[in-house]
Formats: sequence, structure tokens, C-alpha cells
Amino acid sequence: MKERGALKDQTATAPDFLAKAVWSALATVMDPELDEPLTDLGFVAGCVVDGSHVAIRLQLPTYFCAPNFAFLMVADTYDAVTAIPGVTSADVQLQDHFAAAAINKGVARRAGFVASFEGEAVSELDSLRADFLRRAVLAGTDRVCRGLRADPVTLTRLTLGDVPPGRDLERLRSRRRELGLSCSDGSPLLIDPASGEPIAAVNLRRHLGAARVTRVSQEANSGVCRGMLRARYPEEDRS
Amino acid sequence: MYEKDGEKYFVVDGHTHFWDASPENWVAGQEQYAKGWIECFHAYQGLGPAETHWSIEDFMKYSEERMMKDLFESGHVDIAIFQPTNLRQWYKEGFNTTEVNGALAERHPGKFIVNSNFDPRDGEEGLKGLEERVKRWGSKGVKLYTAEWRGDSRGWSLKSDDAARYLDRCQELGVKNIHVHKGPTIWPLDKDAFDVSDVDYAATNFPELNFIVEHVGLPRIEDFCFMATQEPNVYAGLSVVVGGLMHARPRFFAKVMGELMFWLGEDRMIFGADYAIWEPKWQVEGFVDWQMPDGEEFSDYAKFSTTAKKKILGLNAARLYDIDIPAELQPQAVPTTEPVGVPS
Repeated sequence: MKERGALKDQTATAPDFLAKAVWSALATVMDPELDEPLTDLGFVAGCVVDGSHVAIRLQLPTYFCAPNFAFLMVADTYDAVTAIPGVTSADVQLQDHFAAAAINKGVARRAGFVASFEGEAVSELDSLRADFLRRAVLAGTDRVCRGLRADPVTLTRLTLGDVPPGRDLERLRSRRRELGLSCSDGSPLLIDPASGEPIAAVNLRRHLGAARVTRVSQEANSGVCRGMLRARYPEEDRS
Repeated sequence: MYEKDGEKYFVVDGHTHFWDASPENWVAGQEQYAKGWIECFHAYQGLGPAETHWSIEDFMKYSEERMMKDLFESGHVDIAIFQPTNLRQWYKEGFNTTEVNGALAERHPGKFIVNSNFDPRDGEEGLKGLEERVKRWGSKGVKLYTAEWRGDSRGWSLKSDDAARYLDRCQELGVKNIHVHKGPTIWPLDKDAFDVSDVDYAATNFPELNFIVEHVGLPRIEDFCFMATQEPNVYAGLSVVVGGLMHARPRFFAKVMGELMFWLGEDRMIFGADYAIWEPKWQVEGFVDWQMPDGEEFSDYAKFSTTAKKKILGLNAARLYDIDIPAELQPQAVPTTEPVGVPS
């Protein structure tokens, strides 16, 4: 990964500053299903900043990864990179994927998912994204609650402000914010991600079980995806 | 049969294939899909131990001799269940059909159970074909792909009236095990192939049929687990879970197994090696040696008894498929670990 290596080797010059900003922007783009940044997952195969133009190449664990998720990642990458002040144009290319041509062309034209797959797709991906965000809220609930070691009754009374600050809490807040759910310090820690309603004590056991299995599912998938990416692109060194 | 530390395990491999994905079998104009498909499977193999990896050439097409050896000589398998995957749109003679599997099975009596398949979009003709295949090969199960794209159709649902007619016919024919592939999406593009709500519906309406959800609805085991707590005739097909996680991601393997035990219990988990993606040998040996780790991270989960492992590796599938088990291998009357999942 030559290009990426060059990015890590920063000096204080202006182009490098932009390159850093691009990498930071890429780190905000998530795999919607795994809820992890593309940069951590090893999905960014190349990133070249040439003046104010940015060229990104993305790679996925398999040739047949779900095209709807792939489309979201390519489109989000495009949006994140072009939002950086100083970037005037971007070229984002998904590679080694059965639907790469349609996705790349569709994103470049800002065409949306349905128009990019005429005759094969019937709805845009907003509801898919919201569904994954709700799962991210559940999984995040397990991450935050597990560390608290609070008894069940206490848990139902806690607010977000009662939880010690940290990365997991901020991540949970941010997913709740994206869904339009309460996320201030005074908001209940445990809520139903679909309705936003607080969890009653009688439903607590099921809710925590759901949070745990959702996190397990998400992390197990992430493990499979990382393993397959490594099998597919073995020569590359990724953290 | 596998024997370890004085314990005997009757092994039913619930998920096996005899495929041909060699270039000679690729449909003209569809080569990229035929090649992409088998390369995708091959990447999955990368999740197993390095010494069990095959070259892509070997993986595209393997011999009958190799399969027999890998399953029954070195793999500890007593009986294996063929699950067909037609894919005739990409492979001239199909990828792994009932007919090819059945012919191999007939050359090795007593070793295989030959499952068939159906697609309710085939209408009246399809019902006839299903009946013929079931009678010809003695099938007691079918493997279904609800997400398969065809013409203008973007897959089908087990909730449909057409599907109900086929399930009715299955019941009449004594085909009582319905294996449903719920795994990663390919087509239809904007539908979730792993949405298990249609299994929920069919399992309620057909309480005498068993529904084995292959790959436990990965990547969404949570939906599968919630559904399965409410449907006693729904089972977890462990192909990919053991092969894909036990070696490559042992912590997550433990957690997924822990969740399945928590929500479904040891009587509803069914081992499948998913050959030739993964060989059964290391999976059977590894699972018998495996135990839920100690430590806070795993404290919510039950340990796995020898009895539980025997059920998962073979006795559960034997029950579903009416396989006779030697008396010495019959399950002993010992307490089972009851699921503690909370039905809503």
C-alpha cells in the first residue's frame, strides 16, 4: 500500500496537510453493517491527493459483497472527501466487485441507488441505513452497560450523563443523534431504538439480551469480513 | 464415528456439496460470475487452518475419491447430507445439483442423504419436478434460496401462497426438513436475503415441518435468535459458524455458540462442515476439544457438556432425518442445558 504509506509519512507542507484531512475524513466513513470505519477494516486500498483532486480506491472482502452496502460506502466516501475545504474534485472507485461499474458510475453522477441499478432495485437505502443504526444503538448499549457493572434496577434509572465519559459513550450518543433519538446528558441510558421510549424494568432482561446478541453478531461479522479480506489481499499489511 | 477420551460421537454432517466450478462448466457470457462465485467460496476457506487450504484449481473441481476420503476416512463423518445449489445460470451443468449429488450417493450406499430443492416460481411444473426428484432420490429435506433473482423477480418469500403450496406438497411427500439459506445478500439488490421473518411465518403455519436456518441468519444472528425463541420447530444450521469462526475468530465463535445455546438450546443446533469450503476433520476434532472459555467476557454463557456436543455433532440431525444410531451411541438420559432466552 504505497499511497497509504506515503500518507503516514507526514511533513508540515500544505499538500500533506490536505492528505491528512482526507485520511481523517475517510476515518469517519463506516461500514453500515459492521459500524466500523473503512480505514480500520482495511477497505481503503489507495488514496492519492493530487493538488485539489483526490482519488480513492476501495476494496471489499468478496466479489459478491452486498451491493446495497457497497453503494452506501462508496457514496459516503465521496461525500466525506468532497466536503473537505480545499478538495475540488474526487474520484472514488470500488474495485474487484461484481457491481463495481454500476456503483462507481452511479456515485460519480450522484444518481442514487435506484437510478444506478435501473430495473434491479426498487427503493433507496435510507431505511436500510436506519435499520443498521438501530442495531448500532443496541450493540453500543451493551458496550456501555457491560463496563458499568450496575445492577439491573439501577440501569433502568441511569441517564447518559451518569455514565463515565469515553469512546463507547460518545459512539452511542452519535448513533442516537443520527437516528433523531434523545442523546443529551439527561436522556435515559436505556431506550428502545425504534420508538425512543425508555426501557421498563419488566423488559430489561430481554433488552440487555438483545443488546448483547446484537453486539456479538456485529463483531462476529466483522471478524469474518476481516478474515476474508486478508485471504483475498494477503500481501497487504494492515493493522 | 469419532472417539475421543473414551466418548463416542456419531457425526452427521448436515451440509455438504459435490460441485463443479471448473472453467469447462462456465456458461458463455457469465464467466465473471461463475469465477467470482467460486473465488468467493475459496476466500471463505481462508478462515480455516492454513494446512487445510486448497489451491483454487483443486477447489474448483475435486474428485469423488477425494470427497469420500475427506469426509468418511479422515473426516470422522458417519452420514453426510447433500444440500444442492443449482446456479444453472452460471454453470452449464449446474454447480451442485440434486442429480449429481444423488448419483454419487448411489455409488456409496448408506453414506449420504440426498436433499432436493424447489422454487415456488416454477408453478405446477415445479411441483411435479419436486415430486419426481423426491421419489427418485428419497429426499427428506430441501434446500431453499429465497433471495435468488430470476427474470424480473427479485427473490421470493416463504410467506407467499405459492410457497405454501410447495410446503404442503413437501409435507405430503414426507419431506419434513426445510433448510433455508439465510446469508449474505447478492440478489435481489435492495432486499435483505437474510431477513428471517418469512421463516417465522412459515414455521408457525407448518408446525410439523422443521426449518433449519443455514448460517443462522448471518450476518444477523440477533434476528434469527429472537425468531427462534418463539418457534420450536426452527433450528440453527451451524455451517459457516464452525468453519468460519472457530479457527479464525475463536472469541467470537465462543460468543455466537453461547448466544445460540442461550436462545435456542442444545437440542436445536445442527453441525454442518460445508465441504468443500471446509473439511470436516478439523471442525469435528476442534469442536469436541472446544469449551466455552472462562472469564468475565464469557460469564453469561453456559459451558458445553459432552452430551451437548454429541447432540450438535450428530444426534439432533439424526432425529430430524430418522437416522438409526447404534445403541451404544444413543444419547444417555442426562439433564440437558435448557435455553434461557426470553420469549416475548
